Amino acid sequence: MLNENKISRRGLFMKLGIFFNGLVATALAVPVVRFLMSSITRGRAGAYLSWVPLGRVGEFPEGETRLATFRNPYVMPTDGKTVDTACWVRRVEGDQFQIFAVNCAHLGCPVRWFPQSGLFMCPCHGGAYYRDGSRASGPPERGLFEYPHKIENGLVTIQAGELFTPGPSAALTGKNPPCA
Amino acid sequence: MRIISQIGDWFDQRLQLAAPIREVAEHPVPRNTASWFYVFGSAALTVFLLQLVTGILLALIYVPSASEAWSSLQVLNHEVTLGWFIRALHGWGSNFMVAIVLIHMVQVFLFGAYKFPRELTWIVGVFLLLMTLGMAFSGQVLRFDQDAYWGVGIGASIASRVPIAGPVIVKLMLGGPIIAGATLSRFFALHVFVIPGMLIGFVCLHVLMVLKLGINEWPMPGRLVKRATYASEYHELTKKAGAPFVPYAIWKDLFFAAFILLAVAACALYFGPFGPTGRPDPTIIQTVPKPDYFFLWLYALLSLLPPSMETPALLIGPVLVIVGLLLLPFLSGEGEKSWRRRPIAVLTVLLIAITLGTFTHLAGFTPWSPHMSAWSGDPVPERFLHGATALQRQGALVFQAKQCRNCHSLGELGGQRGPALDSVAVRLTQDQLIRQVIQGGGNMPAYGKNLSPAETTALVAFLETLHPAGQAPARDASRDIVLRESSAHP
Repeated sequence: MLNENKISRRGLFMKLGIFFNGLVATALAVPVVRFLMSSITRGRAGAYLSWVPLGRVGEFPEGETRLATFRNPYVMPTDGKTVDTACWVRRVEGDQFQIFAVNCAHLGCPVRWFPQSGLFMCPCHGGAYYRDGSRASGPPERGLFEYPHKIENGLVTIQAGELFTPGPSAALTGKNPPCA
Repeated sequence: MRIISQIGDWFDQRLQLAAPIREVAEHPVPRNTASWFYVFGSAALTVFLLQLVTGILLALIYVPSASEAWSSLQVLNHEVTLGWFIRALHGWGSNFMVAIVLIHMVQVFLFGAYKFPRELTWIVGVFLLLMTLGMAFSGQVLRFDQDAYWGVGIGASIASRVPIAGPVIVKLMLGGPIIAGATLSRFFALHVFVIPGMLIGFVCLHVLMVLKLGINEWPMPGRLVKRATYASEYHELTKKAGAPFVPYAIWKDLFFAAFILLAVAACALYFGPFGPTGRPDPTIIQTVPKPDYFFLWLYALLSLLPPSMETPALLIGPVLVIVGLLLLPFLSGEGEKSWRRRPIAVLTVLLIAITLGTFTHLAGFTPWSPHMSAWSGDPVPERFLHGATALQRQGALVFQAKQCRNCHSLGELGGQRGPALDSVAVRLTQDQLIRQVIQGGGNMPAYGKNLSPAETTALVAFLETLHPAGQAPARDASRDIVLRESSAHP
């Protein structure tokens, strides 16, 4: 049979049609995937992180730990209150600060500071931390996350912009305080 | 009447659906499947339809924006006529759907319905269960309140533990670097478009297979499934001894579906809608986030697992469970169907049910969490202070002021994180008490840096009084000997 090896005109056009569709689909997939991945790629370029002022040094009494709030540097118009973030500011003495994320290093619930016992306690699964952020007890495997910070023109400034999570973070590693 | 049948004929000439519909409705089923045990699948479908309708109704008012969602729920609850009821129907419908899907699954498992030739029906069912749970979780996020906000945070913290890809998954899940507007929008897209679309497709496939392969016959102990003979045996049960699905079996489905809808409505009416709790404002940290009912067992598990086990359990556990469920019909595709001859199957179901039930029960009162306001809210019961010396009373003050009470209960009030201290003096000697307070240990933080020597002395003096009347406090016997010897040989 001769026809077996021959490609008919319609058969060729059908194959070309499938190939053409595949080509267009591949071309369209590029912008679709880039759109879907934008939240990752943008983070890789470091676009999420900025230095944010928390307040004057004098607002934080020496030897005390206070709650401070700041606005996340990366904001979309529909974010509402969710971009307002809280952090615990511990002024050890002078210009020596420790600034902790409120998120527990276990699963991210907000920890509360109890100055009387010098402990941070988590309401979710019972994690507890000492005043220097190191792990005291409970399920967390590490101490509280710390923001990188500096004092500029009398302002306490932190590098912020990403949610701290217990896994390895791409941009912010957060110093690992000595475990107790 | 003639006009109606003429109109009917006109449509059927064009649609040609009457014959296939009649065929589906009247397909013969084994007689003993017209049972109250066989109503859960249709009940799940009914509740799914309720969720579709109420979901669309809610979407008429709900605004999927992080800045507006919470207020739009308030509008639904308080301003729109019966908005609260539609929310309650959708919320309770979700609880009922998860419950019915689980019951359906247990019934199918115990009746051996997953065996040849219904393996694929079971596999599609496993995906339907996962999608139902996905709907339950994403729906909880759309109720954008404090619980939803911190719940997503917990989800992100779990996802971040995936090796290497963790941070990427977190950003993909949140739609950005933090939980914010993009996060809600993407959960909205999942909850309203992606998962329901897949659910509709998979439900159709699931039902189609039930119709094509026929409903599982009532399992008889000793009647074994064999690939070679099953088809003819089933043919015997349906074609020769069977009865048409409509009306022979369907009336039970209809009754149960109506009953379930009534139960959802009754719960909605009586208990009302779920939340929303406080505004999703991350600067309000006085919050105790908790997941919805069907994830409470996970919440409990996460605080009871040893820390080192947690990440492996979180990442490998679900994979094992899902793979196990998917492989089940291939591992036992033939053989005995009846639960009366499958003791391991029955025990497995019982074990899982009791485990999940226990975890859920524990999550109801979270004995692992400190009671954040016990130190200022629960006074030391008076009987512990009768006849106490000034030093011991001072110790009771230290006990409250240093938040010991947040983790230790006295008179059944206070935290349950640590042991109750009503009779601690019987268990620990003075020296052991001092050591425990100062150095901590056994999951207790060390208080050495936060207590002055005077405070420690007072606290331990108080703790030493905590023993039942008539039961002597623990004491170190060797100490007396040492003291006696040192006084004998000065």
